[in-house]
Amino acid sequence: MIGFKEGVQLAIPALRRYARALTHDADVADDLVQDTLVRALRSQHLFNGGELRSWLYTILTNLNRNRLRSLARRPTITAIGDNDAPDASGPEAGGRDIERALATLVEDQRTALLLVVLEGLSYREVAEVQGVPIGTVMSRVARARLQIRAYLENDRPMLRRVK
Amino acid sequence: MKDNDLPVTDDELHAYVDGELPADRRAAVEAWLATHADDAARVAAWRLQADAIRARYADVAEQPIPRKLQLDRMSYASRLWKLAAAAAVVAAFFLGGFAGWMARDTAGDAPDAFERLTAQALNAHKIYSVEVRHPVEVAAADAEHLQQWLSKRVGYPLRAPNLEAQGLQLVGGRLLPTPTGAAAAFFMYENASGERFTLYCARTKTANTGMHYNAADKAGAIYWVDSNVAYVVSGASERKQLWKVARAAYEQIEPRVSQDERRS
Repeated sequence: MIGFKEGVQLAIPALRRYARALTHDADVADDLVQDTLVRALRSQHLFNGGELRSWLYTILTNLNRNRLRSLARRPTITAIGDNDAPDASGPEAGGRDIERALATLVEDQRTALLLVVLEGLSYREVAEVQGVPIGTVMSRVARARLQIRAYLENDRPMLRRVK
Repeated sequence: MKDNDLPVTDDELHAYVDGELPADRRAAVEAWLATHADDAARVAAWRLQADAIRARYADVAEQPIPRKLQLDRMSYASRLWKLAAAAAVVAAFFLGGFAGWMARDTAGDAPDAFERLTAQALNAHKIYSVEVRHPVEVAAADAEHLQQWLSKRVGYPLRAPNLEAQGLQLVGGRLLPTPTGAAAAFFMYENASGERFTLYCARTKTANTGMHYNAADKAGAIYWVDSNVAYVVSGASERKQLWKVARAAYEQIEPRVSQDERRS
């Protein structure tokens, strides 16, 4: 049985990975993780002793939603992949494509897909993180996959404007 | 196996890819995929997507954890957060009173805004300069991070002036609200005898002013506006010493701001 703080510590690399995939921006992602960690430590007394990892993903997901809301209020155009230079030219040429495809997703679908595929959470855990029934998680994952496949295979017909 | 006779649903195909399929349906799904090329192609595409996503972001989790995400610093920051929140409530209380008093006979035009800013800075000085354990949010050891962070929040590039010639060491700094709800940077300095000076900087609508002096309750402040940035240097000491510190700060800050003006 590991302690609360050790548990949080062990989760940091995965939280950074998740945040990076959500935001496509290394600085924004680490700010998000920082806010998540501060909030987690601050509200340790609120942690109900469930799955620590899910709780941390929940905090980060909610903070990101707040961030996107405040961004939506003042429209700005952000080029995908800016500020992402160090590993952008990775060995696999598909890296950029999948990144752009993810960026076309609705936020809830992107979150659900990343938690399942990248972070390996179960549908049940994602349902807790997103505060929705498991069936909703499954339909979000299904829609996300459909959209990504369409984007990658059909010359990006469903590309929507990215804020 | 009677389950093998049931048609396979889309949900099951996703669950199969995600390892969520109940074991007793696995054989049925695999048999289905062997005879349904479209579904097999979809499943293959989903797996490729998942591989691409993992490949794209895997290395982020392998990188060393940056300093700002190290937990020891975090728990420190979160302790300070409680303190800062409490202090902010106190400051808001004082300031509310002060602002109410200011609003007595004038509508909030520019000079009032400047007065309120100075009052805010003086309050912050009084509250934080007596703190023994938690005077700042980010310590001087992390001056680089402190400056980057505050620059980002306050909205222009700023550096904590070096006041060593005045016998002052940087203690650190914190982010504070201005009376209008914008962000202000707050730097704290300390001399060998533990006397503290603070510098409060925030953007303002006023373009430029001369240097002013104001004192209240044993704390003095010198304040001025340069290129739409208001500066308030506060300290407990006598006026002459305060002037020296303010001048030193002014001389270091001024060229930077005008550089930014040129650039923008």
